[in-house]
Amino acid sequence: MSNDLVIEAEGLVKHFGATKALQGVDLFVPRGMVLGVLGPNGAGKTTAVRILSTLLRPDAGHARIGGHDVVRDAERVRQTIGLTGQYASVDADLTGRQNLVLIGTLLDLGRAGARARAAELLGWFDLTEAADRPAKTYSGGMRRRLDLAASLVGRPEVIFLDEPTTGLDPAKREDMWEVVRSLVSDGSTVLLTTQYLEEADALADEITVIDHGRVIAHDTPDGLKRVVGGQTLEVRPSDAARLEETAAILAQVSSDSRAEEIRKGVLAVPVTDDSALTATVSRLSAAGIAVTELSLHLPSLDEVFFTLTGRPATADADESARSTEAVA
Amino acid sequence: MSTVTLTRPGTGPGPTDVRPNRRPFPLVRHSLALAKRSLIKTWRTPEALIDVTLQPALFLVIFVYIFGGAVAGSTHDYLQYLLPGILAQTIAQGAIAIGVNLNTDLEKGIFDRFRSLPIPRSAPLVGAVLGDVVRYVIVTVMTLLMGYVMGFRIATDPVQALAGCLLAVLFALSLSWVSVFIGMKARTSGAVQGIMFLLIMPLSFASNVFVPTESLPGWMQGFVGVNPLTHLVGSVRGLFLGEPIGSHVWWTLAWCVALVAVFMPLAMRAYRRKV
Repeated sequence: MSNDLVIEAEGLVKHFGATKALQGVDLFVPRGMVLGVLGPNGAGKTTAVRILSTLLRPDAGHARIGGHDVVRDAERVRQTIGLTGQYASVDADLTGRQNLVLIGTLLDLGRAGARARAAELLGWFDLTEAADRPAKTYSGGMRRRLDLAASLVGRPEVIFLDEPTTGLDPAKREDMWEVVRSLVSDGSTVLLTTQYLEEADALADEITVIDHGRVIAHDTPDGLKRVVGGQTLEVRPSDAARLEETAAILAQVSSDSRAEEIRKGVLAVPVTDDSALTATVSRLSAAGIAVTELSLHLPSLDEVFFTLTGRPATADADESARSTEAVA
Repeated sequence: MSTVTLTRPGTGPGPTDVRPNRRPFPLVRHSLALAKRSLIKTWRTPEALIDVTLQPALFLVIFVYIFGGAVAGSTHDYLQYLLPGILAQTIAQGAIAIGVNLNTDLEKGIFDRFRSLPIPRSAPLVGAVLGDVVRYVIVTVMTLLMGYVMGFRIATDPVQALAGCLLAVLFALSLSWVSVFIGMKARTSGAVQGIMFLLIMPLSFASNVFVPTESLPGWMQGFVGVNPLTHLVGSVRGLFLGEPIGSHVWWTLAWCVALVAVFMPLAMRAYRRKV
């Protein structure tokens, strides 16, 4: 099994002056899997990706991509990987097509090969119409797609997606998720960083949670959700007078928890069973209670961190707050 | 939006056997590909060419008609004297832009992309410098064109004149590496501009660009004697006008070699360290 780990990182340490970006991070991704690296701003996610993609050297520890060391065999690693940065790293003055052809040329696909690959990717990412416009005229979502396309020109075996949906609106986010899913179905190994548990849950086979440069949890999405308390069902009955009745139904559905009024007129209850939503709907309609709001939420990153570390997720590297309790 | 066409024809990212064989001379090929990128960017933003198009014309007009009478007694004589100097000064100032542009590029993510590709690490910088050749050729052509309109005449033959132009372009390319180095080191693109301007200003004026070296105070003549622009101007005057050329060409070439030998490695090192 261990010889089929495509991404292996052990004990990665990286300091920038007094900032301890990474303090011994291990990451393992088997072939064809998606690892979600979840953490708040400043947790060290981007630093880890930059080390794995040969842009930074670790101060200590080592990492291999497809068996090649990221420091000693950086050239081989670069032939294997595709990198999509946190901000769209395409050349805004070049057209979408020119961006992709340039990458293809740099990857030695040859003139015809680079043009053909560019056309193929533009089509796949729904950019054919905008292909010959400068990238600076693209919308945020289009730039992200072009950026992702640029990282796929060389048909990489390993793809790093550093917060691919940060700053995108929810509809565009779902589009991006579909793209990632089809990459994986093609056999790529993906390391994805994100600030959203929802995103990691939607895409990843396993999730590594990092905080202040340390791994604080590693589990499957289901396992992690069990630890952090699963989902929350929120209901707002149309008629505020029936709040009590609604609360009683919610208590039945969630079997052991009492519903709490988290906002005026909105009840929330933790649920573990995936059938809770349908059960709630049928019971509410049987009781003749109309609702104006009904939704199922995964815990936010803040809640995840609060559960794992006993304190909220914070971006600042507060030295005093960091202690051994951070190891879940 | 139909971003996702799940039938992706034969583009599976997996196997590496689709990757073609590595071809020879990667630095040359990749640098040229990246030089083309610079050219496309220049083409898209023609206003970025003002420093190499309007400036030489403007400087010729201003200096010839304002100082010509006082310095040389006749504007035509001064034009003959001054044109090689204006060429050297504006081509040197033309080298400021590359450091400014690279500094801006680094702030965006595009260099991360280049650095994650299996290409020589120096290719993005070498490519950018090579792309600037076009700008330096434009300075040279504009200066000569404007000079011709104003009455400047080359007194030698086309071969020598061409050699003079090539020497100026070569010098600007060498000076580019200073600009690239500062572009890698400075925190903002504005700082790059300021530092480069401070370097080039004394080189332009404490030289033989505007007045003969002999007319300057003795203490300054020492500096003028080693100033690379003095040697470039001396070379170009010799090659354009047939004046005695002395060792100016050799000094200019030595400066070019020295600038590249010192600042290209420094720039590369700064580039590698830039996070």
